[in-house]
Amino acid sequence: MKLVLSEEQQELRGAVRAFLRAASPLPKVREGFDPQVYARLNGELGLSGLIVPEEYAGAGADMTELTVVLEETGAALLPGPFLTTAFATVALTRVRDKELLTGIAEGRVLAALGGPLTGPLTGPLTGPGGAAGLTCDGSAVRGTLAQVLSGMEAGVLVAPARSGDGAVLVAVDLTGPGVSRTALETLDPTRGQARVELNGAPARVLGPRPDIGDLLCVALAAEQLGVMRAALDAIVAYAKVRVAFGRYIGSYQGVKHKLADMHAKLEQAESIVRYAAWSADESPDDLPEAAALAQAYVGRACFEVARDHLLLHGGIGYTWEHDAHLFYKRAKADEVLMGPPRVHRARLATLLEL
Amino acid sequence: MNLADYRHAARAWLRDNAPSDDSQETDPITRAKDFMARLYDAGYSGITWPERWGGQGLTQAEERAFAEEARGYALPTYIFAIGLGMTGPTLVDRGTDAQRERFVRPLLRGEEIWCQLFSEPGAGSDVASLQTRAVRDEARGDQWIVDGQKVWTSVAHHADWGLLLARTDVDVPKHKGLTMFVVDMHHPGVTVRPLKDMSGRANFNEVFFDDVTIPDEHRVGEVNDGWSVAVTTLLHERLSISAGVGMGGQRDHPASVEALRQAVDTGDPLVRDQLVELHIRTRALALFNQRLAQETRAGIFPGARGSAAKLLLAELTMFQADLATQLVGPEAALAGHPLAQAISMAPGMALGGGTNEIMRNIVGDRVLGLPPEPRVDKTVPFKDLKVGTQA
Repeated sequence: MKLVLSEEQQELRGAVRAFLRAASPLPKVREGFDPQVYARLNGELGLSGLIVPEEYAGAGADMTELTVVLEETGAALLPGPFLTTAFATVALTRVRDKELLTGIAEGRVLAALGGPLTGPLTGPLTGPGGAAGLTCDGSAVRGTLAQVLSGMEAGVLVAPARSGDGAVLVAVDLTGPGVSRTALETLDPTRGQARVELNGAPARVLGPRPDIGDLLCVALAAEQLGVMRAALDAIVAYAKVRVAFGRYIGSYQGVKHKLADMHAKLEQAESIVRYAAWSADESPDDLPEAAALAQAYVGRACFEVARDHLLLHGGIGYTWEHDAHLFYKRAKADEVLMGPPRVHRARLATLLEL
Repeated sequence: MNLADYRHAARAWLRDNAPSDDSQETDPITRAKDFMARLYDAGYSGITWPERWGGQGLTQAEERAFAEEARGYALPTYIFAIGLGMTGPTLVDRGTDAQRERFVRPLLRGEEIWCQLFSEPGAGSDVASLQTRAVRDEARGDQWIVDGQKVWTSVAHHADWGLLLARTDVDVPKHKGLTMFVVDMHHPGVTVRPLKDMSGRANFNEVFFDDVTIPDEHRVGEVNDGWSVAVTTLLHERLSISAGVGMGGQRDHPASVEALRQAVDTGDPLVRDQLVELHIRTRALALFNQRLAQETRAGIFPGARGSAAKLLLAELTMFQADLATQLVGPEAALAGHPLAQAISMAPGMALGGGTNEIMRNIVGDRVLGLPPEPRVDKTVPFKDLKVGTQA
């Protein structure tokens, strides 16, 4: 088991962190998705092709490298379809028809992944609202996805659909005919969603629906780890400069002890994310438990830390102008992205044979 | 010898020499001492300690290899833990050559047992406010006279020697008037009384000093520089605790998920979810401990982050015993039930080695770099300072 990043992985982290600090600071995050930042992210750092195999113009890296990057994009609250494109990439590496990967690696294609990725064809990632999922007749797709993450920014939808051959993964050009997209106003102002209706939209069948739910849980947990780390860093920095009753607020045990507890959660969350990433790369037998653990623990811990970071800021943290609510809302949106959090706990119970 | 050979030899030695459970014919202390002598003679005690003072002069890699091989055995080394983990390393770091020559080898060989005498009834979290006095008595030769009381002293009732922190100057601020000594636990002025803890066991003691003499050659470090020596000891203590900290919730623990699933109705969805919560917390801490261990191996010193692990272990221990007793119900309230023991012992983890509040202070101050609490005790002469419990 490997829970410590290698030197190369630390260098990757440093490079992504430095880039995002300069190219996508929080004031810019508030302006939303910027294709130019993405172009540089992919051009200068090659991040869109990180886990794309080399024969499709990618870097052929592992899930561990992806989690290192997602931790940083999470910490920066990077707007836009980076996470969902990473999800789609994970799916595409595990189907027969991988051609889309080249466009993703070259930064030409922004893909969004629709759901659901496991279980019956309604459920997580199709979101609430009774979406019935998609059906495919071999060349065209019908149906509605109620909530597609970054569905307005992406150019291609990758999603599971029912077909005569069972559940398949299909790709649909979101700018093509038969597609109707509606932007949804979301809790998280830094990352949008769309309702996507497909009425006979031309589709390419990529192969049987791959079983990638666990990998997505790991990827999301990495983003959540970044969100909680950045939230904790922000409130620790504030506690060192904000004065009340003649003292820095960080010197009060009422504040300091809460921050210590938040740090302890962060340490555990990082350990779980490293373990889950290692499982994904090296130990597939451990992956189901690790993935469920990652969402069950890290998802909750991320929201708790973001919540307490907001509360400890006092009244200023409740304002629109302050950044605290951006972390708080991203944390909540992430916590429920894969379905109600209880599904991860229920999966753990099943895996433990309770 | 390369590491693989070393490990191989250690494995073979343990297989042939680790005591089995049925060797109950002699008393446990004699048995432990016999084993320790064999362990030392085979070269497995003091693996990283300097050769000059009786150690093996090897590296952390050998020590780790031996510890990993020894994991499956219940070696009777408990009574030597204070000496090996704290007082011995302190003497190696801070003692005189004469002290190292006299004490280190018998300690490593288990011939002499050590205890540590820092905490007092009025000085626990704030150990630097301790009141046991040591007064220099040059009239009767160069020696010190000690009066006072210590508490929470593990293995004092078996100890031959103790590492004693005492006040030698009350006219200076509290950290600047302390001195460290080696005290003979067989001195007639030393009284050891077992102290029963709330679980009914007596794993530690109260120790009383009444006119106890200590020769000046048994002073460790300079006069009034005892605090810096104590910091050395406490550093070693924290390292040995975090190294020994279990992975959290061993399988045979009566409050583990494994044990509880046999004892309760897991068809109840509420019970299932509570067991899932226990599993999540147990795994989270186990993985954190493993990550700290891997970082240490990679040369990243965990430092104060070990206090976060200790805090989490204390909270998990309490949560686990609390949950388990609730799940099992009325029979957990019978004294003979393992969970009655578990709930009685649970607070110990949150108190020994520093309270949860002290751990949070350490994490806040040294890991997060938060501003310190304003202090009223740093500049006041000790004699003018409020200490202990006062109305």
